[in-house]
Amino acid sequence: MKHRLLTSYIVGFILSLALTGEAYLLAVDHTFHLMQLIVILLLLAVAQLFVQLFFFLHLDRAIKAPWNIVAFLFMVITVLTVVLGSLWIMQHLDYSHAGSEQSSEYLHRNEDL
Amino acid sequence: MSQKEHAPTLTVENSFQDKTVFGFWVYLMTDLVLFATLFATYGVLRHSTAGGPDGHELFSLPYVLIETLALLTSSFTSGLGLLAAHAGRRRQVIIWFSITFLLGGLFLGLELSEFAKLAHEGHSWRQSAFLSAFFTLVGTHGAHITCGLLWMAVLLARTIRFRGTALSAKLVKQLTLLSLFWHMLDVVWIFIFTIVYLIGAA
Repeated sequence: MKHRLLTSYIVGFILSLALTGEAYLLAVDHTFHLMQLIVILLLLAVAQLFVQLFFFLHLDRAIKAPWNIVAFLFMVITVLTVVLGSLWIMQHLDYSHAGSEQSSEYLHRNEDL
Repeated sequence: MSQKEHAPTLTVENSFQDKTVFGFWVYLMTDLVLFATLFATYGVLRHSTAGGPDGHELFSLPYVLIETLALLTSSFTSGLGLLAAHAGRRRQVIIWFSITFLLGGLFLGLELSEFAKLAHEGHSWRQSAFLSAFFTLVGTHGAHITCGLLWMAVLLARTIRFRGTALSAKLVKQLTLLSLFWHMLDVVWIFIFTIVYLIGAA
């Protein structure tokens, strides 16, 4: 049992190192376009989040403690609402401010449709 | 009293069923919501540089990579320290948490010297909304690290002081909470590293 836990920490550490290194290398050499790069980097961060949740925080043991999962899911919903909601609303505010660079870009994109 | 006698021994496996650990877990979740508001603010203000420099001009990625590796390794060693605590191995607890403390201290030192360098060059939080959001987000994480290091120093001192006796259940529980806190700070840092530094410098 102890041996299994030690293995999980070591595996988690190696995976985290690999994901961090990969993200760093991708950001340093500019092979991708900016939007592609941003999406890939965010995916790598989420992958590392899952690695650490399961290999370091051992979230799987919370199966026997459902309230921990409830609190965790509530946090995830709140975090996503706050972050994505703020970005979305502020993007639209930018759009309604005529003359700003971003809004004219946005306008052009929509006119093309 | 009787409840205390019936409570099963805390292990890594059953620690989520413990009431204190659950309470601390709820605190950690609310702390992540706090960080979410700061990330949202940063996301909204990231281009509001008021004619000043943006992340591309300010951040040094190799420097931040060293910070990241120090914190990631410290998260790993705090996990090893926790395993040692649950196995009742005092010497290993002291060794692993000392390494964690040194790596955490290295991280904090690097972060503070980055802040000092930025402020010295005139790029403090007063220059632009982008820099205000940057210092608030990264600084709040740094403040958490500072609290974590103080807590770790206290627990290390207690582990060293009562040597010769078995590790008390109370101390093992506190080390469990500390290591949860420390892992969570590393999780927050993954997103600061990715969103603020890697994407900011791209």
